[in-house]
Amino acid sequence: MSRFKTSQSKETPAISTASLPDIIFMLLFFFMVTTTMRETTPLVQVKTPEATEVQKLEKKSLVSYINIGPPLNTNKYGTESRIQLNDRFANVASIQEFVTAERQARDESDRQKITFSLKVDEDVRMGIVTDVKQELRQANALKINYSTRKAADKKRSGNIY
Amino acid sequence: MARPVREINAGSMADIAFLLLIFFLVTTTMDVDTGITRKLPPPLDPNAEPPKVKERNILKVLVNKNDRLMVDGKPATLSNLAERTKTFLTNPQNKENMPEMRVEEIDYLGRVKISKGIISLKNDRGTSYDMYIQVQNELTKAVNEMRNDLAQRKFGIKYDKLKNEEYRKAIQEAVPVPISEAEPEDVGE
Repeated sequence: MSRFKTSQSKETPAISTASLPDIIFMLLFFFMVTTTMRETTPLVQVKTPEATEVQKLEKKSLVSYINIGPPLNTNKYGTESRIQLNDRFANVASIQEFVTAERQARDESDRQKITFSLKVDEDVRMGIVTDVKQELRQANALKINYSTRKAADKKRSGNIY
Repeated sequence: MARPVREINAGSMADIAFLLLIFFLVTTTMDVDTGITRKLPPPLDPNAEPPKVKERNILKVLVNKNDRLMVDGKPATLSNLAERTKTFLTNPQNKENMPEMRVEEIDYLGRVKISKGIISLKNDRGTSYDMYIQVQNELTKAVNEMRNDLAQRKFGIKYDKLKNEEYRKAIQEAVPVPISEAEPEDVGE
């Protein structure tokens, strides 16, 4: 004997849509969680090199990015590697300004903890990177991170010199 | 006689939804920023004398503009750089031409031998960034292996699995990252 009253009508009842909001909410949460807002539009093409001994960058709020790579719009800007700070191209001399601005944007207590993440394309020559590093030293921004992708433990072929 | 079609029980729909949600949560990889962390030396004081370091305590690593590697004046390959660095820093056979050790008392670890060895890394302005990272990667690998060994000896667990922040600090102190990058200049061919 059933505990529930069974409906005696012969018609097919409509499928309950009561859980439709749940599904929609689920989708919503999914996208909310996985979407990361892109704060800047990339102007340079950056394909970071692979490395095995990588560490995770914790505390994203304490990370500032310096992008170096060939411009995406090669017709307009040529193929020479450029530095991108926030939303525009910059030259080496404006790095110190950038560091000061990034410090100003943080709390007093966090100013010395900022990590500068160098997102550099793998084909960039070291000259420009060295210049940026020297500027960072001058600005006393000593915590840096070379952004790399995690590679499998095996070495890529063609890279053994 | 056919039984009347009852309303489909939607009570378990929520469970299915949660199941899907959890599936996606688990399988989605967040875009995590990873990289090799380094500390730059503070700006040079133009009046300060460069510190004197004994020849035996330096391992010279040079990368030229053609991405060729030279270690201690001889051409070398990336494949055994980590191993060489590790042997250099630990000096397992107490050789005369390899780095000295100093003994220091460190919390949680007791008296440990700390290598005085320094790796002097020089690169040309024309070196590719990829090559530079590969070299940095190999050097980091050597340091990480040494940290793993020490942590395994002292705490019975590898360094990268070590959770205790104070233990990690102690290991970091005992095995520093001894990379010194030269002031920029052209290495050339």
